Amino acid sequence: MSSELINIDESMPVNTVEEYLRMDRMPHIWCPSCGIGTTVNCFAHALEQSGLDLQKVAIVSGIGCTGRVAGYLKLDSFHTTHGRPIPFATGLKLANPELKVVVYSGDGDLTAIGGNHFIHAARRNVDMTVILINNFIYGMTGGQVAPTTPIGATATTTPHGNFEESFNLPYLAESCGAVYVARWTAYHVRHVQKAIKEALLKKGFSFVEILAPCPTLFSRRNKLGDGLDQMIYFKENSEIKNDADTKSVGLTFQGKITVGKFVDKERTTYLDAMNEFYSKKFGDKYTPYKG
Amino acid sequence: MAETQQKKKVSGSVVITAERCKGCSFCVEFCPTDALKLSDQYNAKGYHPPVLVSQDLCNGCNICGLMCPDFAVYGFMFKKKEK
Amino acid sequence: MKADPKGVLTGAHFIDGDHACAEGAIAAGCRFVAGYPITPSTEVVERIADRFPLINGMFIQMEDEIASSIAIQGAVWAGKKAMTVTSGPGFSLMMEHIGLAAMTETPCVFVDVQRAGPSTGLPTQPAQGDMMQARWGSHGDYGIIALCPNSPQECFNLTIKAFNLSEQYRVPVLVMMDECVGHMTERVIIPKAEDIEIYPRRYYEGTREDFLLFKPENDLVPAIVKAGDGYNVHVTGLTHDERGYPVMTAAAQEKLVHRLVDKIRVNADKIVEYKLDQVEGADIVVISYGITSRTAIPAIEQARKDGLKVGHMRLIVAWPFPEKYICALASQVKAFVVPEINYGQMVLEVERCVGGKARVDLVPHGGGSVHNPKDIHNVIINSVKGKN
Repeated sequence: MSSELINIDESMPVNTVEEYLRMDRMPHIWCPSCGIGTTVNCFAHALEQSGLDLQKVAIVSGIGCTGRVAGYLKLDSFHTTHGRPIPFATGLKLANPELKVVVYSGDGDLTAIGGNHFIHAARRNVDMTVILINNFIYGMTGGQVAPTTPIGATATTTPHGNFEESFNLPYLAESCGAVYVARWTAYHVRHVQKAIKEALLKKGFSFVEILAPCPTLFSRRNKLGDGLDQMIYFKENSEIKNDADTKSVGLTFQGKITVGKFVDKERTTYLDAMNEFYSKKFGDKYTPYKG
Repeated sequence: MAETQQKKKVSGSVVITAERCKGCSFCVEFCPTDALKLSDQYNAKGYHPPVLVSQDLCNGCNICGLMCPDFAVYGFMFKKKEK
Repeated sequence: MKADPKGVLTGAHFIDGDHACAEGAIAAGCRFVAGYPITPSTEVVERIADRFPLINGMFIQMEDEIASSIAIQGAVWAGKKAMTVTSGPGFSLMMEHIGLAAMTETPCVFVDVQRAGPSTGLPTQPAQGDMMQARWGSHGDYGIIALCPNSPQECFNLTIKAFNLSEQYRVPVLVMMDECVGHMTERVIIPKAEDIEIYPRRYYEGTREDFLLFKPENDLVPAIVKAGDGYNVHVTGLTHDERGYPVMTAAAQEKLVHRLVDKIRVNADKIVEYKLDQVEGADIVVISYGITSRTAIPAIEQARKDGLKVGHMRLIVAWPFPEKYICALASQVKAFVVPEINYGQMVLEVERCVGGKARVDLVPHGGGSVHNPKDIHNVIINSVKGKN
């Protein structure tokens, strides 16, 4: 039995991802076998499946390799300052609550220089989705140690090896009040896609950590091969444990990785809390704030 | 037998934009049906882009499309016409 | 257009400069304020926090000044008029985001109620030590506008003006108050809404096909759009082209930064504002701003009683500096006297414009109080005698 394509030109779908990208900005700046582009595919598919009105989706990034994501997406894109996408996003969201605001940035940007904003936005439960690409290193500036670099790994500013404890980001996010917390790796493309879709549709501060290879500055410096080797490591060492206690999901250098959806709960958002509080306080005099 | 024929009515293929490829091999490594391999040819950037090993192996699942960090490949499903 | 009457507290009030500033912002249509507590500016946000719930405003106390100074920019791109308020140490933290606002041409207002520094300095006492920081504090080249109120009434008026200028030129506008003006309580008249002029946001009105986010109009200022309108804006702090896309070349840098600087430089004649008192025919002109313009008055009056021809020029807009006027004035007067509560900041601009054509004397003050008018008087007297 043989077969042939039927009307191949008409039936051949376009790569739907491209509809979400600024193709006039390609090629992007990411290195060969960097995992950031992989996560962008997942994001685009998640966005498609979310059914959100794209005109009302804004994406905010900080600085760094992942900080370039906002600029490649065909949405309202804001490439802000180092560490500050979350407060920018807070202003954007609270000024126009109709917008779906997504922060897409790196581990250094969001948890070192931007760590204070991360914990406070989670505490306030500002309605936004934070997608954090964790590649264990500062890529853009040349491979310096990050708050996520595991003990024992080498970075340009820890040339003898890192001895600092690293962040367990799902635990941090949950402790601060995030209503949705998941961790996956760039290898888990279907799971990442699903997690981002769930996060986008979740009301409140949702957080998705995605571990991704940095071939040029993390893998190679640590003699771990290239991005593909790192992806294979993710595949072979990840253990899916949904609802795992986030205290238990800390990462070690090339150790086992716990992935899954850890938190999915309800909590009043900043805006709803404000409106409820003031409605009680002022009664009919108060018009609920809608932007 | 009827069920098998039903299944085979949908098959898949990939579209490869070879010039975008940076040769990471994610698509080849993680293709669930081993339908892709790296080409012997170089693209203009000097990388070996993927090529389909065999049309029959591809089921159009688009794992390659999700994996590809350079938006250079994607899979799709299509209906087969039986001869 | 005219101010929205909702929220305008028309009438006579007895309030301090900080409260007047808050009322000015509300009258100007500001409905988003992000701030972090810091003396002596806190009363501004306290009044905003009190007033906003019933006028559909959004006030949020952020985790720090860095967050405040960028949250307002997010709010602007979502369509609000927005402001943040601080004092010296917080102002230092906001510098990067003054640069971001300049680079991304985000119209917004920063209020700095100046206190004595450096560092924590004298938190409850006045200074005018942030004037050069206001102009040059963020890295790189750009233009900004800075205003200097000298009374609670002017805190009200100039906060409205700050919003209007920020919308007209799409720049961050800085209201450079000081602790004295902020905490001084005086009569403040809030006019009827229909008597308050508001410069509306310059929203893009052309076709979608022709849309370019940073394509300047004739006055070098591009029209703006907001998030959610379907334009897929690309806003970045990187050097960018008219689409907003990053371009990492010297040519792109030259084109963009030249315009960011020229936007203020070329329009400076329309922006500068100062008040003159008996400058015509004067031998000596005192140049002052903010609270110092009031401590200078008894000194000037005394000098006039002494028989000297002393004029007074008060800067209402400090940046852009009224360089053309002072250049011209320099060949008509013998000396300039510049009292300021710092060790010499705006006096450097005066010296630059005078270019050696007349004598320029600073009356410095380290901060913590206002000048004793006698000190200003002494410098005026010595200035005309040619003594140091």
